[in-house]
Amino acid sequence: MSVELHAHPRAHRIGEVILSVENVSLAFGGVKAITDISFDVREHEVRAIIGPNGAGKSSMLNVINGVYHPQHGRITLKGRTFTDMHPHRAASMGIARTFQNIALFKGMSVLDNIMTGRNLKMKTNFLQQALWVGPARREETEQRRAVEQIIDFLEIQHIRKTPVGRLPYGLQKRVELGRALAAEPELLLLDEPMAGMNVEEKQDMCRFILDVNDHYGTTIVLIEHDMGWSWTSRTAWWCSITARRSATARPTRCAPTRP
Amino acid sequence: MGQDIGNQDTFPKLLLRHARERGARPAIREKALGIWQTWTWLELAGEVRAIAHGLSAMGFKRGDHLALVGDNRPRIYAAMCAAQCLGGIPVPLYQDAAAAEMAFPIRNAGIGFALAEDQEQVDKLLEILPDCPMLEHIVYDDTRGMRHYSQPQLTSYDALREHGSRLNAADPGFVETEIAKGRGEDTAAMFFTSGTTGNPKGVVLTHAALIDRAGVAARMEGLNDTDVVLAYLPPAWIGQNIFSYAQPFATGYCICCPESAETVMTDMREIGPSYYFAPPRVLEALLTTVSIRMEDAGALKRALYRRFMSVARRVGARILDGKSVGLADRLAYALGDLLVYGPLRNVLGMSRVRVAYTAGEAIGPDLFVFYRSIGINLKQLYGSTETSVFVCIQPNGSVKPDTVGPAGEGVELRFTPQRELLIRSPGLFKEYYRNPQATAEAKDPEGWFHTGDAGYFDADGHLKIIDRAKDVGKLADGTLFAPKYLENKLKFFPYIKEAVTFGDGREGVCAFVNIDIEAVGNWAEKKNLPYSGYTDLASREEVRALVRECVEQVNADLAGEPEIANSQIRRFLILHKELDADDGELTRTRKVRRGFIAERYAELVDAMYAGRESVHVEAQVKYEDGRTGSISADLRIGDAQTFASAAARRAA
Repeated sequence: MSVELHAHPRAHRIGEVILSVENVSLAFGGVKAITDISFDVREHEVRAIIGPNGAGKSSMLNVINGVYHPQHGRITLKGRTFTDMHPHRAASMGIARTFQNIALFKGMSVLDNIMTGRNLKMKTNFLQQALWVGPARREETEQRRAVEQIIDFLEIQHIRKTPVGRLPYGLQKRVELGRALAAEPELLLLDEPMAGMNVEEKQDMCRFILDVNDHYGTTIVLIEHDMGWSWTSRTAWWCSITARRSATARPTRCAPTRP
Repeated sequence: MGQDIGNQDTFPKLLLRHARERGARPAIREKALGIWQTWTWLELAGEVRAIAHGLSAMGFKRGDHLALVGDNRPRIYAAMCAAQCLGGIPVPLYQDAAAAEMAFPIRNAGIGFALAEDQEQVDKLLEILPDCPMLEHIVYDDTRGMRHYSQPQLTSYDALREHGSRLNAADPGFVETEIAKGRGEDTAAMFFTSGTTGNPKGVVLTHAALIDRAGVAARMEGLNDTDVVLAYLPPAWIGQNIFSYAQPFATGYCICCPESAETVMTDMREIGPSYYFAPPRVLEALLTTVSIRMEDAGALKRALYRRFMSVARRVGARILDGKSVGLADRLAYALGDLLVYGPLRNVLGMSRVRVAYTAGEAIGPDLFVFYRSIGINLKQLYGSTETSVFVCIQPNGSVKPDTVGPAGEGVELRFTPQRELLIRSPGLFKEYYRNPQATAEAKDPEGWFHTGDAGYFDADGHLKIIDRAKDVGKLADGTLFAPKYLENKLKFFPYIKEAVTFGDGREGVCAFVNIDIEAVGNWAEKKNLPYSGYTDLASREEVRALVRECVEQVNADLAGEPEIANSQIRRFLILHKELDADDGELTRTRKVRRGFIAERYAELVDAMYAGRESVHVEAQVKYEDGRTGSISADLRIGDAQTFASAAARRAA
């Protein structure tokens, strides 16, 4: 088993459709959250979902990784079609996400939080880990190496052992990105990764997200309100979801600009 | 004990010797992915060999310059040595310099090769490329983000090393042959001094000069290959280079490169260096952190800290100096060491520090004594880029807070009639690169280096630096007047933020003072003194009394120094506004512009010398949004008591 996080040696060209959402509708009782939405996401691209408050953006992400189950429509992920997803299946098929409201273990260190993202990569069982015997020990060393690579990538060495609850908001967001990356996802869902940040934190976050896409080739779907944040140097594709309106989102190319 | 450096007269030759004699001992450690990785001397030598081959294949020849732009990394130091193996000259540049600032050194030295740490540094070099067409090869270390670069100048360090390794396998004797061609009098490195006026100057230092000075200090402190140093200051600064390149090569000790600038404190605790250097501002920041954390500690811990720090203040420094101290105090100190000083040293990462130096600017006596009193052997040294750092070092057992120690081994010192310090030492620089005029001004035909610093020897023959020579004046009676020295003495009080002294050509010294609004504000709150702002607080009678106490204490100190006892401060006034760089009264680095202030506030200066009690002032101020306004106030001038000098008292 190799736990090296390999950067793809070739430049990541936008590839085939990796995720496609067809005619998805989601309602909670009488409240229609999403109505007949279709779009697709190609491998290695960065796709932003935009729309006004209540448009159903976060619900869309929740549908993709299986937290919500839509009443209508289909989701095709890596060639397999589902009427609904389950979080566990989504995770094992390479989807990782971050949340709008940070969902980290506040009392645990940055290192341990990111380590939780390696959960699915651990092969030893609970008993072995609890007793800290041979294979569990070796495995932890290997997993730690992968986590350290992420710490290095996100430049958070100085807070490695700091409890997450003591960190400023911007750094917590970065740690959450780190935990998502620890799962080595093919598809990364980011729910408002820059909400509530100051200008400098936003710039940093923006750079890290593009670096993740560039370095690991991860496909990224993100929700962001702040349209001022032009995504530097990379092609970003945007699609808009508007509630209650059947809108087959048309991706439009966003001209790369320099901040 | 100190190593004999015998006929190893260049750094590459020293490297070969260490690889032979202590090949398995650590040379450089770097924290990678959270774990300290060690390069032994043998591995370092192998790396240097490969890089030397690689550089040579790129066309790097004897006498060529290699710019190094980056933080302390093993690879930066390996490349430095590789360049020296080929008879080339490494030129470390400040990694936080703006792109435009890098253009001058590169043009000045005609640098054709550069090693950049990462994308950020590469971007800067590419930006100045149009101005610096001679820069033909840029080697970068960290490959992150570099995939999209296609400039023909770029090569990755890994590719360079791999190519070099292959060449080395084919021709293993090449590097040794090249190293054997090196001589001690060859140029070892070039450092650009931060030119406060005009362009920076490239200081050319030879292998012989650097090795000599590194060895002298190492012998004096008994450094050996078990010592450990944390390399955390910019490699482009000569001091860092001495501590993390010249001295390890001279003695075989190990340097450790921190993970990043933010992790220095943690890394220091993990490594526990035995030899340490910090400029006063770093020491001050550390002390502030400690003080703040003590304020937040529980009542018991606070009480212990206060109790034992007062013991330390009383006897700590004397115990460190090996002077006689009563048994009761010794016991109290030993208990304090167990409960407070030991844990404190541990928190600071200084548990194993045998020798610590500070230099660069005047250090406040309280700050200096704090570290010594908790058992850290902090000492001052004096030197500059042109002297390969070591000119004076305080010897163990006779450390004083206000001198920099006697002349080091091999150093001759003397003063011009204007009090400027001249130095002759084996560590002196060869020249300023391509600047014969500046070289001739700084180094006279007999080999004396004109430092531009003014000072004198105290009664024990320790050098005392008081000011820049050009700022030193004379009072009407001929007494030496060193404004910065007096101002620093005033500024060491927490209540005084800035001070400006006048006295050149006058009969006595007068001073302007800016109070520190936070310190004095706190003091006022404790005294239940209401105030509305700076101007109001500064005009309080009570505050004037507070400042007078400070001034009088400075005067009492000065009375003990016969050379300048007459320059005691007779009158002072507290300025109605804070001196500000926006108003041109301070430089951007917060140094007072004495001449400008004297002119601008001529009325106030005259009033002080005319013996008036108070003076009305109206001043223009520039607000941050660009508008101007004016402040008017009646300033009262205070008289301070002066003391008869110690010499005069003895005579009487």
